[in-house]
Amino acid sequence: MIQIFQLYVFILAGFVGFIIIQRVPPLLHTPLMSATNAISGISLVGAIVAAGGQYGRVSTILGFFAVVCAATNVTAGFLITDRMLAMFKGQLKPGQSKDAAAKTEPAK
Amino acid sequence: MNELGSRDLIIQASYLAASVLFVLGLRSLTRPTQARLGMQQAAMGMLFAVVGTLLNAEILTYSWIMIGLVVGAMIGYPMAMKIKMTAMPQFIAFSHAFGAIAATLVGVVEYRVRSGESGDAGLSHGLAAALGLEVLFGALTVTGSFMAFGKLQELITGRPITFKGQNAVNMLAIIVAFGALGLLIYDPMNGAAFYTVLALAFVLGISMVLPIGGGDMPVVISLLNSYAGLAASATGFAIGNNVLIIAGALEGAGGFILSLMMSKAMNRSFANIIFGAFGAPPAAASGAKGEAKEPKSITPEDAAVQLAYASSVVIIPGYGMAVAQAQHVCRELMELIEKKGGEVKYAIHPVAGRMPGHLNVILSEAGIDYGALLTDVDDANRVIAAADVAIIIGANDIVNPDAEEDKSSPLYGMPIFRPWTAKSVFVIKRGKGTGFSGVENPLFTRDNTLMLYGDAKGVLGSLVKEIKALDEGH
Repeated sequence: MIQIFQLYVFILAGFVGFIIIQRVPPLLHTPLMSATNAISGISLVGAIVAAGGQYGRVSTILGFFAVVCAATNVTAGFLITDRMLAMFKGQLKPGQSKDAAAKTEPAK
Repeated sequence: MNELGSRDLIIQASYLAASVLFVLGLRSLTRPTQARLGMQQAAMGMLFAVVGTLLNAEILTYSWIMIGLVVGAMIGYPMAMKIKMTAMPQFIAFSHAFGAIAATLVGVVEYRVRSGESGDAGLSHGLAAALGLEVLFGALTVTGSFMAFGKLQELITGRPITFKGQNAVNMLAIIVAFGALGLLIYDPMNGAAFYTVLALAFVLGISMVLPIGGGDMPVVISLLNSYAGLAASATGFAIGNNVLIIAGALEGAGGFILSLMMSKAMNRSFANIIFGAFGAPPAAASGAKGEAKEPKSITPEDAAVQLAYASSVVIIPGYGMAVAQAQHVCRELMELIEKKGGEVKYAIHPVAGRMPGHLNVILSEAGIDYGALLTDVDDANRVIAAADVAIIIGANDIVNPDAEEDKSSPLYGMPIFRPWTAKSVFVIKRGKGTGFSGVENPLFTRDNTLMLYGDAKGVLGSLVKEIKALDEGH
């Protein structure tokens, strides 16, 4: 029964993903990919349980490597997404704050 | 599930908060102005989920977890801060591999524990299915991503690697893998079936990516993105964790949509891509059609004069621009033309570069306002038709008129830019060779096309110099 509920969650989340992601402009497709990649580093949650539970030495070692890999994925994924998004500078319509306008000056 | 204790309530609340923040983070990506903040909030969501998980009663020792988190952060931080924007596709492939390794390892641990090898607890058919799919998608993504990484980093040749009977071998591996998966679901305690799925998935990741050429990488990366998400989702099913299911489904959907878009932009059917047939090199150049015309070339001096007096210029960059690191000098040229009263736009094709949206990032890095980037093929073509000059930098197939005019061309049907509708076309190109697909480009011999041979950075640099010299000469 629990697995049926999980299937509901999966299908609904996938549906939400479809609707939202279809509206992401091609301009941001690379950050989109690194963002979804970072988010799916949520496997970290499973890795933490595997590494911290008392399931025997082999499981702890495998879990430890899983934590390292997932933590790398999460850290690198979110940081690179942020780095990329910080680079996108756009035209501002009149009336927007000066502070933001200063940021749109080409860097140099 | 039993009644929830207060500790469990906190854990579930952290997962719910994380899921909501993930969805909102992705939604923020629909608007460039909000995207950064939204994704920072999503990162907070991740933090909530991790802290929530640490409260889990099953966790008895924290030392390994903490060391793992610190080591992971120490690997991830310098990687993310140092990587060049041109190397983004390799980086993403690498990152996919890491996430997938984690999912696969969790799958193995979970199977070991649940099947009683090192603990007890039941292993239902449903759970076996989840674990089987988890290691299938996980292991496939691990080796597939490493192969993609190798190709992008040019550790492995970018050309398709094929051998006789490859498709038959792949099909056999797929059939055996699914057979083993079926057996595992039927008999969850069958460890041999579980490890067969795991091993074959590793092999499949290699054999499915190897035959794919570098130009098709945008599709491969998108597909791996989708598989990595499915692996995370399956992990969620296996350990009964909704936030994993949700995050994995979001990534699965994202990767799937991107692969659909990429395959559409290359005019390949999705089925064709899934079954790896797209690795096959297109039939040799569509043969000599009539008399071979020689492309005309132009000197940078003459080109500079035209650019200096152009009122509208469209630049069409391809991966060649990124390889030559020409984005900064491109901006310099753009600023010069704008100072003289001309308008400069960039036409970015969906499959230009080595991953979806790659060139937008590279041009933004050079400080080019995203308002100048035209990412819709039809919009861009309208602007090009009204332009005085179209400059093609290191692009080839995406401006090949055969895609519209020659039914026998392997590119036929692919949506392309129409630079020949501009008054004149400058093509900056290293030499006279064909593009990645090996297809001849009749654009180069059109009457209004003028070639500027040389390295993109060098040619653009001399254009900048000549335009500046024009000013001084007056």
